[in-house]
Amino acid sequence: MNPFTPSAPTPFASAPGPTVRAVHDEFHGDLLEVSMGPQHPSTHGVFRMVATLDGEQLVKLKPVFGYLHRNHEKIAENTTYLGSMPYTDRLDYLCSMSTNWAYALAVERLAGQAVPERAQYLRIIMAELTRLVNHSCLVGFLFNDLGTSFTPLLYAFREREKIIDLFESLSGSRMMCNYQRFGGCRVDPTPEWLAAAQQLVDNFPRFLDEYERMLTGNEIMLARTQGVGRLDATHAINAGITGPVLRASGVDYDLRKVDAYGFYAQFDFRVPLGAHGDTYDRYMMRILEMRESVKILQQAFKRLPAGPIMDPKAKLRGFRPKAGEAYGRLEGPKGELGFFLISDGSPNPYRYRVRPPSLINLTLLEEMCLGHTIADAVVILGSIDIVLGEVDR
Amino acid sequence: METLEQIRARLLLAYPAAQITFVTNPGPAAEHSLLIEATHAVEIARWLRDDTALHLDYCSNATGVDWPDKTITDVATTTEPDPAGGPAKTVETKTTRLQPGYLEAIYHLYSIALKQGPVVIRLRTANRTDAVTLPSLTPIWRSCDFQEREIFDLYGIIFSGHPDLRRLLMWDEFKDHPMRKDYVEPDDYEWEPTAHGAVLERAKPHQSAAAAPALKTGGTP
Repeated sequence: MNPFTPSAPTPFASAPGPTVRAVHDEFHGDLLEVSMGPQHPSTHGVFRMVATLDGEQLVKLKPVFGYLHRNHEKIAENTTYLGSMPYTDRLDYLCSMSTNWAYALAVERLAGQAVPERAQYLRIIMAELTRLVNHSCLVGFLFNDLGTSFTPLLYAFREREKIIDLFESLSGSRMMCNYQRFGGCRVDPTPEWLAAAQQLVDNFPRFLDEYERMLTGNEIMLARTQGVGRLDATHAINAGITGPVLRASGVDYDLRKVDAYGFYAQFDFRVPLGAHGDTYDRYMMRILEMRESVKILQQAFKRLPAGPIMDPKAKLRGFRPKAGEAYGRLEGPKGELGFFLISDGSPNPYRYRVRPPSLINLTLLEEMCLGHTIADAVVILGSIDIVLGEVDR
Repeated sequence: METLEQIRARLLLAYPAAQITFVTNPGPAAEHSLLIEATHAVEIARWLRDDTALHLDYCSNATGVDWPDKTITDVATTTEPDPAGGPAKTVETKTTRLQPGYLEAIYHLYSIALKQGPVVIRLRTANRTDAVTLPSLTPIWRSCDFQEREIFDLYGIIFSGHPDLRRLLMWDEFKDHPMRKDYVEPDDYEWEPTAHGAVLERAKPHQSAAAAPALKTGGTP
């Protein structure tokens, strides 16, 4: 029989339902298993997913981890508390300032260490600048995943370059900043640095407007992202999804508001929330959060007090916190970044644990992708925002 | 939010047969925790999640800790009167005992609905060798899925009831559990025989004399 002649529907016609189709004619039925990654450019590093395809539709997707595993936690348990600080840069290498802060926060909770006011403000400035870097890059990479070859990404990288130039002039390194210390920060920015940062932040909304004019209403973008990769709030909470991905599903949970760590309680900003939990909402979360970050930064520059940047009682060399344990977490650009530390009174942590938002946000990747095409799975993965240095540790 | 003692009291009312121990955290963070007996862990976890006052719907962090066997020296001081009538002497007697090791899984629970937390619960295995099974809390909190796989991978705790318990980070053929405190790294993870002196030297202890292949040096194959 010529397969191209239209014929009466067979008894094996497509079963209804969005994900699983029981089709047994000669076109369907054979499932194809595709191993995507670990060297695939759109898996954002060495992430690998084993996708089972029925035609172009995904019927199964299993993530495979560990290609960048170096047992970060064991290495940290074999070195001093301070010795791990530069290594935390390598976890989420786009957001080293926030990762540093999360680690410093956990150690400060463990040791009961106070932080002076100026350092708290500087931390907020660095963390929010990092959020700008991360979110603008993410949006650029998302468009790369959608198939626009590099143009939006280069616009994003132009802005990122300005921010990491600032990081370099302050900390000596563009990406591996190693800036936070237990009880403060490492270097005090000069007035010139602050003026340059202020100018950058003043100009940032113009970049966002330009970016949004180019991308947000784009027809292809809307067609490819709206209604794709939906995630409902109940499942997202149960699966421990955090950060912009959770808020895109409409859950109001931002640790800057909930825990009010640092001095965030004194800042006036809003938490953007999505309504549909699809890829488009996750994209919009990033854009809106960048606008809120600009607001926080403006307030921080205005109010930055003078004073020391390190607590005079802080101890760096020979630092031995008392026996105990502490869990410190903060709102990283990718989600809740936590460090869990157990001290036995020795110079090395007895247990050092990173709670990686990138890894845990992937828990529901399969559920989000099922029924979509493999091209959509790439976009959904891009909208979750992972960095493999943190996923595999 | 109610204190951990109050939660413990309510839990004991709901599950009178369960053993729930309050574990004090001596550090400045003072995040105390509840040690829950493994047999009741799933029910108690479900109770913690569904209780209207707690509503701990979000398990933020699940992690393992290895506590190897430890020799503990107890020092007992007694005072003995001096037979000659002088000041009493203090005598220290030292006794050593072996505290058996165990593996521990720690869960940090928060409530997103009520914006409160954390409540820290811990589960302990009977020992570190053969009785290393704990109930999986993945059916309660899906966020434990990858994290329990990681604990299984790196610490060797077997989570019964986990839907997909495989190694997460190490490769499937890997035998040991590298985060344990007594783990000894191999000299070379990717050892293969090559005719380079330094590598061969390090490889020697891994080869038995009979199995060692005769290596040709120079000449044509």
